[in-house]
Amino acid sequence: MNSLYTYLFLAALLFSLGIFGVFQRRSLIGMLIAIELMLNGASINFMAFNRFLAPDPIVGQIYTLFIMGIAAAEAAIALSIIVAVFRRLRSINIERAQELRG
Amino acid sequence: MIPENFIQSNLQGISFIGPELILTLAILLILLVGVLLPYWRHRILFTILAVAGLAGSVLPLWKLPQPAPDLTYLSNLFVWDWLTFLSKPFFAVVGVLTILLTQVTGEIDNSEYSECTILVLAVTMGMMLLVASTDLLMIYLAFETMGILSYLLVGIRARDERSGEAALKYVLYGAFTSGTMLFGFSLLFGLAGSTDLLAISQKVAFASQHPQDRLLLIVAILFFLAGLLFKTASFPFHFWCPDVYEGAPTPITAFLSVGPKAAGFVLFIRLFYPLFATGHDATIYEAVSGLDWPSILALVSAITMTLGNLAAIHQNNLKRLLAYSSIAHAGYLLMGIVSLSDLGLRSVVFYLVVYLFMNVGAFAVVAMVASAGGSEEIDSYRGLGARAPYVCVAMAIFLFSLIGLPPFAGFVGKVYLFAAVIYKKIYWLAVVAALNTVISLYYYLRIVKAMFLEKPTETIQIQVPLSSRVLLLALLVPTLGLGIYWQPLARVVSGMF
Repeated sequence: MNSLYTYLFLAALLFSLGIFGVFQRRSLIGMLIAIELMLNGASINFMAFNRFLAPDPIVGQIYTLFIMGIAAAEAAIALSIIVAVFRRLRSINIERAQELRG
Repeated sequence: MIPENFIQSNLQGISFIGPELILTLAILLILLVGVLLPYWRHRILFTILAVAGLAGSVLPLWKLPQPAPDLTYLSNLFVWDWLTFLSKPFFAVVGVLTILLTQVTGEIDNSEYSECTILVLAVTMGMMLLVASTDLLMIYLAFETMGILSYLLVGIRARDERSGEAALKYVLYGAFTSGTMLFGFSLLFGLAGSTDLLAISQKVAFASQHPQDRLLLIVAILFFLAGLLFKTASFPFHFWCPDVYEGAPTPITAFLSVGPKAAGFVLFIRLFYPLFATGHDATIYEAVSGLDWPSILALVSAITMTLGNLAAIHQNNLKRLLAYSSIAHAGYLLMGIVSLSDLGLRSVVFYLVVYLFMNVGAFAVVAMVASAGGSEEIDSYRGLGARAPYVCVAMAIFLFSLIGLPPFAGFVGKVYLFAAVIYKKIYWLAVVAALNTVISLYYYLRIVKAMFLEKPTETIQIQVPLSSRVLLLALLVPTLGLGIYWQPLARVVSGMF
């Protein structure tokens, strides 16, 4: 359990699940959750590298704190936009948003 | 226990972020005024505050010491070099032009106007921070400040159907690509054990000799290319661009097409040259051995410009057409990045300055015609030359400059870009770019033909207010002037690298 590769594997798994989710999900909320998974994968990477390879400056952990903050801001903005779109379409399916094309 | 000199050096470093601090003050002031005067019907107050904030933000720049490539401040988070020094006024100009364009076209309602100015200032602040950053953490934070707030700017007209959809697409693509970029950053951090670009660059040169580490480096590059290619609207992350540009309010489209795009290119220079290029032999760099990123980017550049130009041919909506044209221009600009020489970097910066004026100019005309009773469709430009001669001549000049015809500024910019790739003997890319310029002639001239050679469907004169005319003149002067007398700008730019 206590090896770098366990955590890197977990991070890569979360990240690829996130990418898979973004492409596979059609619900806007589902896509947003998938994007959060991608960010969490990166966070785990930062902390694992920090713990095992460069423990002295805790910059990896600080980076993760900032990622959490940014993720919260991003989710708030994305949700507010999704709500605005939902009011008009009465749906959170991405396929319904296709006014703009060509 | 914090050492005394640590506090001292950080206090001194604060004077270097003077522009950002002044912008923050302006944002707070506008916020306050917006709360105190909720039913204020005149936009001019907010416009004056915002423009004053942006103009004030460049003032502290002249008091600072001479820029130098190794002058870092605030614990090595930022660097004070010529690229930083010149980028900050550039973004201030972008912000001022956007605010003025919003003011004269009236495309954004009074109820949303104060928020709009706040967001433009905040995105400008993010761009200013981004170009100065030399730390992966600061780069990510500034990148997201710029990104997240511009999603809101696109969706600022909440009641408009297309604005909401554009914002939705922008936020989904943007969050996805920035997440991918972040994963690339985490791999780089793992490789170097530091977030400082200088420290990483030393590790990268070492790691590229080992096959295992080299693979990790290539994966990291591919991941964070996603974020950069998204911001610059290049292949394969360009899909959002036409939809977002069409749906967003036109002044915001103009802003996005020059601001974040220029910031993306500066980030390209910041990340690729210190990290993956070495051997600064007077003017030529060399890619770190084993990583052939210039060839990958050259391919991306060729595909981007071809895709953009071919897709633009069929467009009937002018904003959409200009969006594809801006994708094509991202391809041209990448030519300077792949050439791996000081000449290439100079030509990128030169072209960005020129592109600022001509592209904002083209979008400004679209916004003015739409707000004066026309529409964004190319049909409504039929015979417009007779109905609004001044605006149409201006549009023709901007379009000729975008094509790259002499004697306009776009020509000089293109000559530099072509010279950069030919100098490095990447002839195939120069040929592709030349062919693309010919393709682009077709769709740009289609607009000019509609304006001047086709019969008008209506005969009423279109009245463009005086303020709009003055703003157009302010954009025309550099577009023409830099085409005839570009040496001062070229001299400034050549001092940078």
